[in-house]
Amino acid sequence: MKKKILPRLSSLLCLSSAFLLAGCDWALLDPKGTIGAQEKSLILTSTYAMLLVVIPVIVLTLLFAWQYRHSNTSAEYLPKWSHSNKIEVVIWVVPSLIILFLAVLTYQTCHSLDPYRPLEEEASVKPIHVEVVALDWKWLFIYPDEGIATVNQLAFPVNTPVDFRITSDAVMNSFFIPQLGSQIYAMAGMQTQLHLVANTAGNYLGESANFSGRGFSDMRFRALALSNDDYTAWVQKVKAASEQLDNSNYPKLAAPSEANPVEYFSHAEPGLFDQIVAKYNNGMVMDKSTGKMLHVQSAMSDMNMKE
Amino acid sequence: MAHDITADAAHAHEEHHESPVVFGFWLYLMTDCIIFGTLFAVFAVMRNQFAGGPTGKDVFELNGVGIETALLLLSSITYGFGMISAHQNKLGALRGWLGVTFILGLGFLFMELREFSHMIAEGNGPDRSAFLSAFFTLVGTHGLHVTCGLLWMAVLIVQTGGKTVLSERMTNKLTCLSLFWHFLDIVWICVFTFVYLMSVI
Amino acid sequence: MLGKLSWSDIPIDVPILVGTFAGAAIAGLAVLGLITYYGKWGYLWKEWFTSVDHKRLGVMYIVLALVALFRGFADAIMMRSQLALAYAGNPGYLPPHHYDQIFSAHGTIMIFFMAMAFMTGLMNVIVPLQIGARDVAFPFLNSLSFWMTTISFVLINISLFIGEFSQCGWLAYPPLSEQQFSPGVGVDYYIWAVQLSGVGTLLTGVNFFTTIVKMRAPGMTFMKMPVFTWTIFCTSVLIMLSFPILTVALGLLGLDRYLGMHFFTNDGGGNQMLYLSVIWGWGHPEVYILVLPAFGAFSEITQTFSRKPLFGYNTMVYATCSIMVLSMVVWLHHFFTMGAGANVNTFFGIMTMIIAIPTGVKIFNWLFTMYKGRVEFHATMYWVIGFMITFTIGGMTGVMLAIPAADFVLHNSLFVIAHFHNVIIGGVYFGYVAAMNFWFPKAFGFKLNEAWGKRAFWLWFVGFYFAFMPLYVLGFEGMTRRMNHYDNPEWYPWLLVAEAGAVMIALGIVCQLTQIYVSIRDRNLAENRDLTGDPWNARTLEWSTSSPPPFYNFAVVPVVHDLDAFAHDKEAGIDTRAAGSTYQPIHMPKNTAAGFFVGMFSLILGFAAVWWIWWLAAVGLIGVIATVIARSSNNDVDYYVPASEVARIENEHTRNLLAAQAAE
Repeated sequence: MKKKILPRLSSLLCLSSAFLLAGCDWALLDPKGTIGAQEKSLILTSTYAMLLVVIPVIVLTLLFAWQYRHSNTSAEYLPKWSHSNKIEVVIWVVPSLIILFLAVLTYQTCHSLDPYRPLEEEASVKPIHVEVVALDWKWLFIYPDEGIATVNQLAFPVNTPVDFRITSDAVMNSFFIPQLGSQIYAMAGMQTQLHLVANTAGNYLGESANFSGRGFSDMRFRALALSNDDYTAWVQKVKAASEQLDNSNYPKLAAPSEANPVEYFSHAEPGLFDQIVAKYNNGMVMDKSTGKMLHVQSAMSDMNMKE
Repeated sequence: MAHDITADAAHAHEEHHESPVVFGFWLYLMTDCIIFGTLFAVFAVMRNQFAGGPTGKDVFELNGVGIETALLLLSSITYGFGMISAHQNKLGALRGWLGVTFILGLGFLFMELREFSHMIAEGNGPDRSAFLSAFFTLVGTHGLHVTCGLLWMAVLIVQTGGKTVLSERMTNKLTCLSLFWHFLDIVWICVFTFVYLMSVI
Repeated sequence: MLGKLSWSDIPIDVPILVGTFAGAAIAGLAVLGLITYYGKWGYLWKEWFTSVDHKRLGVMYIVLALVALFRGFADAIMMRSQLALAYAGNPGYLPPHHYDQIFSAHGTIMIFFMAMAFMTGLMNVIVPLQIGARDVAFPFLNSLSFWMTTISFVLINISLFIGEFSQCGWLAYPPLSEQQFSPGVGVDYYIWAVQLSGVGTLLTGVNFFTTIVKMRAPGMTFMKMPVFTWTIFCTSVLIMLSFPILTVALGLLGLDRYLGMHFFTNDGGGNQMLYLSVIWGWGHPEVYILVLPAFGAFSEITQTFSRKPLFGYNTMVYATCSIMVLSMVVWLHHFFTMGAGANVNTFFGIMTMIIAIPTGVKIFNWLFTMYKGRVEFHATMYWVIGFMITFTIGGMTGVMLAIPAADFVLHNSLFVIAHFHNVIIGGVYFGYVAAMNFWFPKAFGFKLNEAWGKRAFWLWFVGFYFAFMPLYVLGFEGMTRRMNHYDNPEWYPWLLVAEAGAVMIALGIVCQLTQIYVSIRDRNLAENRDLTGDPWNARTLEWSTSSPPPFYNFAVVPVVHDLDAFAHDKEAGIDTRAAGSTYQPIHMPKNTAAGFFVGMFSLILGFAAVWWIWWLAAVGLIGVIATVIARSSNNDVDYYVPASEVARIENEHTRNLLAAQAAE
């Protein structure tokens, strides 16, 4: 028995230490933005806190099983013993304390990392606005300030907060760039919000984290965190594209397609995002700043409903 | 089941089997209560999702619903009389009261179906909006329960036919249906209040 | 005439399915042929299919669970193999249409037909014996529950060969599962199968709650009830509270699909988040419905093989009950990422974590049960120790997921998959297998083979770590669940390791089947027979009667003096069986085929409704109603076992007992 348990124990320890140390190049443990970095530290802190009780439990399990094995007649045997107030107090109090600690941590991080909360950087740096539409099976990014749109490629300047408004014109998806942090659902007729920032320039994987059907596995995009100059150049490149996105060709884009290539649109119909949200709400859309419902005049409101 | 058994065993048998039936049925009713509770919650979420379609004010006719309510409440009372007859072992009276209850219940169901068919004919069916989906589902689920209750009642009227004494098992069945019927009454009062009255106000 | 059904719905163009069908057909014919050859149809029909005996139904439930395990695991290893292949441009061998059905079926089958059936089987075999009852409160409903579960499983398997199964995951989130995005019959198969089996489960909950409340042996107060019975009590409460919610969730989805309603559609005012709320209102308690009985089994096994009473019985009961209550108020943690406010997320996050406290306490209780005991390393105990280690890790990752801000990056990733397999395999499955090893001699009168049991354990245990630890890593690497192919080179090696783990688990299952085969083959060897009814020197009432117990369980209803009634009686020298006393006639329910027929008509109803064959659906529905009315009109439902017959059976067991004692 001992021969079998000890190697298992050591391999387990190796595994768990490898788990925490060697993982430095794993996406979530190698974040490239403030939000992701805080989430990484949250994951590690909570893990360490829990290991305080998890490791003793595992060690004691093996220890007790071995020490009090049937053949070890030298060990103390108390065939009637089944209660001890002292032990009961300890086994209730210790987990409770750890959970208390984690609960405080949860309360703090729930508020500080709320996806709807504008980042502190927004006080000093003007954020970029991006409207995200999940389609079958691709991502549409609309830049309302620039009047441009892209498919399956997202770009933004490094160290600049990005304010996302997210919806879907098909099934539910989840908008997720692992190395930047939080994900949030994209749902038709609703708009969710997300605030992210990249602190290192790079080309990051973006994906849908919620299964959405046949083309789900290829519903990926690249998130380009660019220097300010590169970003300006990128915007110019998109503006130079020949395609434009308006009410007439949007349905063609929205039609299901798999492994869609990157597309650029030099012009995006103003208010397109609101129209997409509103068409599932009788032409109503909630204004983000005031929280009031507004009526959107739309050529689309009768289209696509039953598509 | 009459065999040459000792009084003790017969007694043990009664203890063993009598109470669990009603208790178990009561438990089932509690689970049914959760079904209705969930449907009420769904209705609460959907009550303003008209999707450009009619509101409750536009489609509900309180007069008809009032009569429905009266029919159902009355049927609960007549069932109660039936149970009193059952306890007095007056089987003819029991069947009579069950028959009256059945007719009242049928009347309720008829009026409900008439309301539904009117609404559907006017294009306000359950596929019109989430509000109407929730309405038809909640009220329809109640109606389905009433239908099952009526079917059950009919079966019991037939099963009590030609008997002079009610067996333990038959009394249990009558008690269970009684619980069921009163339960549907209570649910209907909630439907009347939360669905009809509050939508019209 | 045939609704939506046409020849093109038979997937003869998919070689995997044709092969599966051929295999299933050959195996099925072989089984049927063997039954016919040995002339066992009458026996099966009279003694098993129409039986209302809780022990027989329990055994049939567990057989069903093992068949479902086979099907569910076949799905699992196909998925792992697909992901071990579908890398860097290789599409693998399962196109999305097929792959998506497989992961949907895997989850559905493993939860509803493997885990639920296994659990229901265990509680059927054990609970009435453990509380000193002669059967459950409603034996006929028990048979009905079994057949509803069975035909639902049959319906799911029909979808393999006629039409298709759902491609929307095991919870069929709308709007993907709506007619607009899933126009096929797959989701309808899912809805009908789960809905019909839900009827069976709900009745089981009512049945066992009534049984435990009303039918405990005299003297067994609630605080003298064995822990396993306590966990079944709590599980029954959770079933009664949560399964109606499932019925509503799937009912509304069905109304959307069949009648064009707008509960969860994108348009018409539908609200998809409402579905998530409702389905998880069932789904989270469901997790505890499954795991609480496993906790109960671990408690019984640990105390028996530690040769000591359970440490902190009261604490264990309170912990179980508090888990029961808390499990109803945590459902939102399955969708923190929908954009609810920080306060809502905080509430559900903290409620979820609080569950870790009573759960942790339970683990400590088992630890201190071993402490200063005499732990026997029976194969059953291996599963317990394997559980304690594995489940602790699963609990830890569960708490990580409960922190909303951490969930924002871990949600829907393979980390989640690793976590819930960690608790469902490490907690639920290990528990059920331990329970099967432990109570097997009670049900059949002979023990399961030790050596093969240990082999199965080691393969499952090591295989589990190989299969699922890489999934935690992949979650950290940002790999989402339900992916069909990928091109990230960092993911590939981990998926190969996971595939190796799945193969080890496959070998573990082979060992389990071998264990059963070898045990049946060697059942008459003296060291395997259980003549005493108490092979482990255990503590609770079920071990006081013979193995297998007589169909009436107890000739004389035992009187309970203390917690661990049988242990108390053994110590005090009381004969719990009251052997040789004057026996009374015993009142028992008669077997009935009504449950079987209601099941079959429901199957017809479900199949017809899936394919919109309305006349056939009407046949099924009328059949169900007619059978129920016929059953209700039948007054010949019970009988008395004569005292002389009881005396004959009891005396035979007494002779066996004496022989066993003499042999020692």
